[in-house]
Amino acid sequence: MDLLLHQVFAGLSTGGIYACMALAIVMIYQAIDNLNFAQGEMAMFSTFIAWQLLQWGLPYWPTFLLTVTISFCGGVAIERVVFKPLKNAPVLSHIVIFIALFAILNSSAGFIWDFTIKSFPTPFGTAPLFGNGIISSHDTGMIAVTIVLLVLLFAFFRYTRIGLAMRATAANPESARLVGIRVGWMIALGWGMAAAIGAVAGMMIAPVVFLEPNMMLSILLYGFAGAVVGGLSSPLGAVVSGFSVGVIENLAGTFIPYVGRELKLTIALTLIVAVLTVRPSGLFGRILVSRV
Amino acid sequence: MARRNSQNWNNLRAALARPQVILTVVSLTIAASLPFAVKNFILFQLTLAMVYAIAILGLNLLTGFNGQFSLGHSAFFAIGAYTAAIMMDRFDVAYYWTLPVAGVVCLAFGFLFGLPALRLQGIYLALATFSLAVAMPQILKSTPLEPWTGGVQGIVIIKPDAPFGLQLSSDQWLYFLTLAVVVLMFSCAVNLTNSRTGRAIVAIRDNPIAARAMGVDIAYYKSMTFGVSAFYTGVAGALGAIVIQFVAPDSFTFAFSIGLFVGLVVGGVGSIPGALFGGLFVLFVPNIAEHVSKGLAGAVYGIILILVIYLMPSGAAGLVRLIVGKIARKSARQN
Amino acid sequence: MSNILLSVRKLRAFYGATCVLHGIDFDIADGGVTALLGANGAGKTSTLRALSGMIRITGDVNFAGRAVGGNATEKLARLGIAHVPEGRGTFSRLTVEENLQLGAMSRKDRAGILTDMERVYGHFPKLRERARQQAGTLSGGEQQLLAIARALMMRPRLMLLDEPSFGLAPLIVQEVYAILRKLNEDENVSMLLVEQNATAALSLAHHAYLIETGEIVMSGSAGEIGRDENVRRAYLGY
Repeated sequence: MDLLLHQVFAGLSTGGIYACMALAIVMIYQAIDNLNFAQGEMAMFSTFIAWQLLQWGLPYWPTFLLTVTISFCGGVAIERVVFKPLKNAPVLSHIVIFIALFAILNSSAGFIWDFTIKSFPTPFGTAPLFGNGIISSHDTGMIAVTIVLLVLLFAFFRYTRIGLAMRATAANPESARLVGIRVGWMIALGWGMAAAIGAVAGMMIAPVVFLEPNMMLSILLYGFAGAVVGGLSSPLGAVVSGFSVGVIENLAGTFIPYVGRELKLTIALTLIVAVLTVRPSGLFGRILVSRV
Repeated sequence: MARRNSQNWNNLRAALARPQVILTVVSLTIAASLPFAVKNFILFQLTLAMVYAIAILGLNLLTGFNGQFSLGHSAFFAIGAYTAAIMMDRFDVAYYWTLPVAGVVCLAFGFLFGLPALRLQGIYLALATFSLAVAMPQILKSTPLEPWTGGVQGIVIIKPDAPFGLQLSSDQWLYFLTLAVVVLMFSCAVNLTNSRTGRAIVAIRDNPIAARAMGVDIAYYKSMTFGVSAFYTGVAGALGAIVIQFVAPDSFTFAFSIGLFVGLVVGGVGSIPGALFGGLFVLFVPNIAEHVSKGLAGAVYGIILILVIYLMPSGAAGLVRLIVGKIARKSARQN
Repeated sequence: MSNILLSVRKLRAFYGATCVLHGIDFDIADGGVTALLGANGAGKTSTLRALSGMIRITGDVNFAGRAVGGNATEKLARLGIAHVPEGRGTFSRLTVEENLQLGAMSRKDRAGILTDMERVYGHFPKLRERARQQAGTLSGGEQQLLAIARALMMRPRLMLLDEPSFGLAPLIVQEVYAILRKLNEDENVSMLLVEQNATAALSLAHHAYLIETGEIVMSGSAGEIGRDENVRRAYLGY
């Protein structure tokens, strides 16, 4: 029983990472109606920027804010420079652009900062919370940050005019134009926000998995899984699923024989696919009714 | 009787004079004479490019013509490759039998995977197939399968010699074999896509509701297309194993799947000849990128990709279509 | 009614390289309803898309005294041109209320928006009932009313309506047109009404144009057009 509880909390800790990532993914999906395969690399690159700023002596919280701002601008820049000229290309070509972005960011990060593992500080301290080793302060802090982000995003989309404008742009860009929405800027805003959230996620994740150019690969996959299982229209679903994926992955690794480290990823993904087969629009996704 | 013969002859001459036919004949002639003009290593690379082209054609049938988004074809390539390797290494079967067997094995797997995939669309299907691609190396390395797969170390295969005592090197023979397979499988694909079945497959991509309303059995066609697509990629995998003489789990990671997808888009989604361009791209461009800059190879590759998409948003085939269209309009206006 | 709100001269419109409007001229009176009649493929929808900046054009378009030819769609919307497109353009995934709020997206006067919402619900009680429902689940007629309501939330000077009667049962068409008449008479909304259904359009319009294969072939008051022998035979069915 103790082991189960321990593994559940460990799962929640890793799940917090996936939930953070899943949130960024859903965020950009809401803006551009497409999955950003380079999301993880953007987060990783932002975290390296933060590391560099820390190396240059800037204290933690100013670094945090500056990195988020730089990432926001970077996201907008990527959209304006790379995606806007190609907006009429077919969907599959867009995905190749994401792949290209992935390659560029990964390679550049390795080139600038090399592939040795670096440590990244946490603002929450590393001491275990409540002193009995079930969950550390950092993990708790990370979960808290994720939940705060989630609430802010939810409020943004639900209750602000810009949030509504962004949702409309993603749903039906032509109609959005007809009511006067500057669609181009909505999309750029979506990218900026996703990049900013990614930066936060990266800075939360790096203390746990250590900073190196390939740190986001499996996390991105789990983040996708969380976002998709949650139903891509629901930030809450993404976060809940992200946590669940973490817990399931940990429990599967501990309690199912034959599942060594290699197969953990496979098991988690298989379960996700199983969920999707039963509920194709995700657990929390709004089932969209369309009249033919 | 004489009148009908001359009519048939005229029809045949008209058919042969079509630009596509002329182009194909010319290309084949060039392709067949290459082995006597280039070095063995380049030949090896061209052979591998053709292998990738077959794999990309398989992916094209599924994603390009049928609209089912797959990021998992590296798994089928791996299954085909390992089938060939196990047959040749463990059972001493001659290499030419491995091709059809690998194809059929993958056909079965593809069809089986296609069944649950029926419920998934778009991005969800992409995730499911991607999981397959991620899982495959781990499955190949796993302990229960190790006696067959050779675990992490993989299996080594002996390169076959040219048969019948022909005066060809192994590389040259494999080139011709692959070329023959390319011609055969590409013609079959052209036939398939031009048939009623082909039209049903495309109808499902363009408007599944309308297709169903017209009596197309969606479930059957979708799973069948998955199977055929896997067949093609499986045969490519077997050929690949023979050409490279080696199979190992880490040769078939999801990165390879993504590479096939890039080849598909760059060649032209829904274009059969485009797959050849895709195969060449997948083989040569990463090498070029590394030549430009060892440390930033990935970044160079990414930039090349962006430029390619910018210049040819619908792939090489799309560009050709655009140019041909412009020429046709110009000549129509002059007339 | 004697002011010209929108004037168009030598308008040509293109889909890629294909020219679909071959230099048309027309005027829309301020406060009036102008109908643009024609068969399928005549160029009616293309005219509206041209006016909304959705396709490439050449020629002069003058709206409320300023030249707006070539402006982007969202800019034209902000200038006060509300286009109710072919197919309604509903945000099906969003709720009815959100659709209405989106109509007011380019406005800054919060108090004005709230009063307009109330007024719009007053005109369209059915929409108030379904305010929280997903817009895509509404029937065709209800979605048409929603599209008009959304356009109304923009407080437009000019409404462009693309076949508002399309696919609707005759009784519903009457309902829609009654509302359009009320909006024009009570709220002074000018309209350019594009229709295949000539009878309905002529019952509401003050002035009408007839368009055939991208050219305007007839122009006159609604009454004149309605009494014309050829129009009656081709478009009115008697």
